[in-house]
Amino acid sequence: MPPLPPLPSIGQLVFAGIALFTCASALGVVLARNLFHGALALVATLFGVAALYVMLEAEFLAVSQVLVYVGAIATLITFAIMLTRSMMYGKTSPLNRQWGKTGLFAVMIFLALYGFVGSIPWADSAAPVIADESMIARLGEQFVTNYVIAFEVLGLLLLVALVGAVMLARDND
Amino acid sequence: MQGPTWSDGLAGLLTGLGLPDMLALGIAYGIGAFILVNFGMVSALLLIWITRKAISRMQDRLGPNRLGPYGLFQTVADAAKLISKEIITPSQSDFLAYNAAPILSVFGVLILLAVVPFAPGLIGVDLNIGVLFVVALGSIGIMAALMAGWGSNNKYALLAGFRVVAQLLSYEIPMVLSILTVVLLTGTMSFQGITEFQSLTIGGFNLGIGWLGIVMPAAMLIFFISSLAEAELTPFDLLEAESELIAGFHIEYSGMKFAMFFLAQFVNAWVLSALMAILFLGGWQGPGVGLPGIGPILGIGYFFIKAYAIYVLQQWVRGTFPRVRIDQMMYFAWKVLVPATVGLIVVQAIVQKLPFQSPVIYALIFLANIGTIWIVVTALQKYIKSEGLRTKRSFEPASLIGTMQKADTYAMY
Repeated sequence: MPPLPPLPSIGQLVFAGIALFTCASALGVVLARNLFHGALALVATLFGVAALYVMLEAEFLAVSQVLVYVGAIATLITFAIMLTRSMMYGKTSPLNRQWGKTGLFAVMIFLALYGFVGSIPWADSAAPVIADESMIARLGEQFVTNYVIAFEVLGLLLLVALVGAVMLARDND
Repeated sequence: MQGPTWSDGLAGLLTGLGLPDMLALGIAYGIGAFILVNFGMVSALLLIWITRKAISRMQDRLGPNRLGPYGLFQTVADAAKLISKEIITPSQSDFLAYNAAPILSVFGVLILLAVVPFAPGLIGVDLNIGVLFVVALGSIGIMAALMAGWGSNNKYALLAGFRVVAQLLSYEIPMVLSILTVVLLTGTMSFQGITEFQSLTIGGFNLGIGWLGIVMPAAMLIFFISSLAEAELTPFDLLEAESELIAGFHIEYSGMKFAMFFLAQFVNAWVLSALMAILFLGGWQGPGVGLPGIGPILGIGYFFIKAYAIYVLQQWVRGTFPRVRIDQMMYFAWKVLVPATVGLIVVQAIVQKLPFQSPVIYALIFLANIGTIWIVVTALQKYIKSEGLRTKRSFEPASLIGTMQKADTYAMY
């Protein structure tokens, strides 16, 4: 029996499915009448993007995405929405008076990105990508050598935000 | 990694039957995922039985003993009861959040089983970032609790949801930092790699007792305490406080939806004990795992013995410890565990850069760990003394006469 031809389309089908899921949840973020649903859709979108990273064999990026965006930022957003009573139970309209102009800009940005992506000479996808432990080690090394200033400044920024939050939350006595 | 893995073996078998490579691999992974998920679900029955029996023994009761040998099938009967119960949906609950929360909470725990190494070559998928994977997916449980609390349309459930998030986020930090000490020493984030690091080969025979818990007892202790808090067990079970409150964020759930939260909690406790076994007690390492043929089977045995032993230890703590207050719980996480672990990491990073032989480095790390335990215990003794004094003063006004001190002189903050 001759071997059957390989099925490359499975990967593409999965990719298309995840991409559709991500786009649908992204639409949910902007169209949800209830802000809490919007926040949940945002979590779903971020998971979808993480799944796309996994498809591209960038597991470290995917897990970092879930760790930072879902674990920290989405939880924070959810908290902020929950503690705002009118937002929590009220139905808000996804549109306000400026929807026309905003939509125009969104379309323009999309077109610009489309042209940008189309004009970039992408690297040969057949080239092997190093995505193992040594990649993470090199990433860490870059953080403390070449990009040490950016890294430290970001840390300082977070510290300032932390101190600011403590200042705001402190009792005034 | 060493040796063939189960997925390669199974896929090879299927390819031999004439299936295309990709389909064979897909089917192999499908079977593996099916077994893992069902293992998680079914083991919950056993875990609930262990909990009941262990706590009954400590409270001088018999526990379940009617159905099956040693009451083993009691949980099955309970599950049947829960399935047959009416599912009550509170009015004006949020359909999406209310119904998705139990599913997500189970999903967030079962997915962790994918990176648990059961034996050499027997791991769902050996991610090179396994540790990070576990840390990142812990956030699913937090989201599920928030969704359940908000979706129930009940202010008590919502408040409990906030408390869950506060507790889980706080204790995640010392837990992650204590895992970081292991990653720092082993230089890998893959669970299989961490397990392989803990072998101890003498004369070509793998004794398998180079456990990291021996070198770093303080990190192990911190991980254990944080895992108690992450699994919402006593002394940190004030989210549920079964003896006083009605329930936590799942107050509005009934029937199987309620049972799913409990299932997630039990499996989560077991996964955390399994992680502790992997990180600090060598996982599947033990005498003779290097032998061909019998090694992997021994490995599975060692792994399950360790994981269940730690689970029983958790239940032991659960059956004997009193509950802490919420301010004490937060204080302990942020002002005791986090500084202790950060200090440990700094010392360990410096020690590992010293130009010594590795036995000397291990000895220095061990000393740093013992020192950390000593400092924490001393500080806690001081705190407990002052806390006792404070409680006495606030409850006995007579004790203030003559001293003229304010009752909250020894307040914590």
